Amino acid sequence: MAGYTVTTRTRASQIAAAFALVLLIVAILLPAFASRSLIQDLFFILTMLTLAQYWNLLAGYGGLVSVGQQAFVGFGAYSLFGGAILWGLNPIAGLLLAGVAALIIAVPTAFFAFRLQGAYFAIGTWVVAEVVRLSVAQWKAVGGGTGTSLPRDARDAMWGAEWIEIAFDTRSSAARDILAYWLALLLAVATIGGIYWFLRTKRGLALAALRDNVEAARSVGVDSERMKWVVFLVAAFGTGIAGGLIFLQNGRISPDSAFSVIDWTAFVIFIVVIGGIGTIEGPILGVLIFFGLQTLLADFGSWYLMVLGGLGIVVMLFAPGGLWGLLSDRTGLRLFPIQRRLERRATIEENSDG
Amino acid sequence: MSLLETRDLTGFYGDFQALFGVDITLSEGETVAVIGANGAGKTTLMRSISGVITQAPGMVRFDGREIGALPPDEIMALGIAVVPEGRKLFPSLSVEENLMMGCHRRKVAGPWSLDTVYGLFPILKERRHQPGTALSGGQQQMVSIGRALMSNPRVLLCDEISLGLAPVVIKDIYAAFPQIRETGASVVVVEQDVGQAMKVADRVYCMMEGRVTLSGRPSDLSREAIHDAYFGAAA
Amino acid sequence: MIWVDTVLQGVLLGGLYALFALGLSLVFGIMRLVNLAHGDLIVLAAYLILMLVTLLGLGPFVAALIALPVMFAVGWVLQRLVLNRVLGPDILPPLLVTFGLSVVLQNALQEGFSADSRRIPAGWLETASVPVGPISLGVMPLLTFGSAILVTLALQFVFYRTALGRAFRATSDDPVTASLMGVKPASVFAMATGIAMVVVTIAALYLGTRANFDPTTGPARLIYAFEAVIIGGLGSLWGTLAGGIIIGVAQTVGAKINPEWQILAGHVAFLVVLLVRPRGLFPRAFD
Repeated sequence: MAGYTVTTRTRASQIAAAFALVLLIVAILLPAFASRSLIQDLFFILTMLTLAQYWNLLAGYGGLVSVGQQAFVGFGAYSLFGGAILWGLNPIAGLLLAGVAALIIAVPTAFFAFRLQGAYFAIGTWVVAEVVRLSVAQWKAVGGGTGTSLPRDARDAMWGAEWIEIAFDTRSSAARDILAYWLALLLAVATIGGIYWFLRTKRGLALAALRDNVEAARSVGVDSERMKWVVFLVAAFGTGIAGGLIFLQNGRISPDSAFSVIDWTAFVIFIVVIGGIGTIEGPILGVLIFFGLQTLLADFGSWYLMVLGGLGIVVMLFAPGGLWGLLSDRTGLRLFPIQRRLERRATIEENSDG
Repeated sequence: MSLLETRDLTGFYGDFQALFGVDITLSEGETVAVIGANGAGKTTLMRSISGVITQAPGMVRFDGREIGALPPDEIMALGIAVVPEGRKLFPSLSVEENLMMGCHRRKVAGPWSLDTVYGLFPILKERRHQPGTALSGGQQQMVSIGRALMSNPRVLLCDEISLGLAPVVIKDIYAAFPQIRETGASVVVVEQDVGQAMKVADRVYCMMEGRVTLSGRPSDLSREAIHDAYFGAAA
Repeated sequence: MIWVDTVLQGVLLGGLYALFALGLSLVFGIMRLVNLAHGDLIVLAAYLILMLVTLLGLGPFVAALIALPVMFAVGWVLQRLVLNRVLGPDILPPLLVTFGLSVVLQNALQEGFSADSRRIPAGWLETASVPVGPISLGVMPLLTFGSAILVTLALQFVFYRTALGRAFRATSDDPVTASLMGVKPASVFAMATGIAMVVVTIAALYLGTRANFDPTTGPARLIYAFEAVIIGGLGSLWGTLAGGIIIGVAQTVGAKINPEWQILAGHVAFLVVLLVRPRGLFPRAFD
């Protein structure tokens, strides 16, 4: 095939990469001049974005529609609190524990839920999440059904918080917000980068093949069962860390907040669906819309959720690719190209191979 | 005037064009066979007539009406019944329930009823309470034909009824055709089995690569002409 | 004797769960659709009955009778306008649309009726009971259970003894071939969801008269219903009734051991069945 070259890059993706780098540097330096409330808002956006990316990996790429991601958020967060309360574990190290703990309960969850076909998988994950919530509510050391706060000495011992306090000349609570923000930034960037990297590997392409056609993928040797396990466990691990981080910043935890199906699954689903399922760009766009709507409609209580749910339905009915799908169909824009395209190399003469 | 006709029918199977301007006519009381190799476009033709594939309204006409764009259930209600390729019995229905599905929508008095269908295929009466899928291939084909007859159709479309059946079974099934024709129904038989098609049909259309390559009365067509129309003229 | 009482109460409670589940089972059996808003539709019907009782001063049973056709229409329209558009080989659109619907319904109810918990007043029936030997059984629980059996029988009759039921099963097997027989799948599906909403209304009557409910009560009912359907085996109506009873008994027995374990015990029973019989107790021979 002389005269052609295989590439995944597009001009837009190169510009986007440069832009993202600038954005990232700004984001890292932001705490030096941004207000505390902006930092908190960005923390919220970044953690929701992380959750959305993992759910998108599950549902959009893996075809696994989970309605039970709150199990991993909650269990991860509770492990962090448990580690700090019972063993005096530093909460920053506790984040890793949160991921591992979520990974561990993901194994039996997958074992049960994978027995359920198609749509019933969704409710199966939900049942498991309920079981985890009800069990954790029995755990008296972390406050049972009413919940608990992160102990003061654990909060104060957070690695790096003291340094930030001095460097930015700020109060310790603000310093902890900055630390949490940086960690959220790191987690979001690592998540997006990791998923993008994964999707471009052989395995990731196999995953896309699986989504498009299970039979065909199997016939070329993709082990669908194993792919499902890998995706489910990876998503659980990341979701657990995000959960730990969210409640580390929050400082208080209860079974109802940590295992909230609305906060950690419904919102996440709407972010992905409205933004565009099955793309990396979609959740990014979705989380911005989500945050915008929340800011706009914050005072209207349940109307806000009605609008969000209604918007999700309308998008699913009339633009199943989400807003990013509409945009990229119109313009051909791809910021995270995965498709490999054949491009004609300019220098070689045409008709060389008859 | 013909009862059923296609006019310049084009059809797509996904992105692949399967029909290139097919004109076929069927008169009242006539039996027409459509023969051709795999991929000749016979199935797309049948699906276009029965409404599974939506076409431009004028491409298919029935009794003077444009039906190309109608959904299958409405075409069925007008009196075109299908014996689908692969028999397609409903596995959760008994033999008798499968037959009853034939007159679910179109309830027209006529020669065919449960009794007369059982008269045509007595074995079905014996096995009427068994699930359709418990029957042999030939018996399933009888259910499928009986099911189509239950609506007392004006046109019966039979799609590859001999596919996958033993020759002796095929003979048994085709033995029922004279009785079906006697009741006045017009029949379109799509077949890969050329010999069988020539025996039952008043006229034959031969298709290749989405076009009608030959048509006429079986007695007027030479073996060579059919061979060429079926496989392509030897280059 | 106390355990006999506990189990009997559980069986009767199972009747309520079976009523939650039968509509879900029906819809799944015919169109492979899992409606995540099923629980919220039960709660919607409960509010409808409550409104008829409080505004018109009707008895709960008369109010439910009026609510039946209304909810049938709700189901029919929902299927025709929304759900039929998303049915297909991809399971994602129907799941996400019904999930969105669930969130919309919950919040619309919250907006309309506030978050306070309510109950449909049923007068003397609320506390009435009949002694059976040394055990006393509530009249409402008995009515619930009786209704569950009647609904199962009625659905069984519709499914296996009527032309509509034949069309249901044929369409479930193969919608394309069914349409060649003159069936309009879109109408069959709308009819099925309409009937499911009739069952939902009956479930709502007993949900609302037996216990308090509020706009967020739905998802938990969906989960019980789902567990009953899976335990029974997908698409089996009697299996669904049995599944409801198993969840009910597990809950009352669990609660007897430790009141905090009631819900958990039901879920655990479900997981155990899933472990031992992944296809449920009465699986269909084919899918």
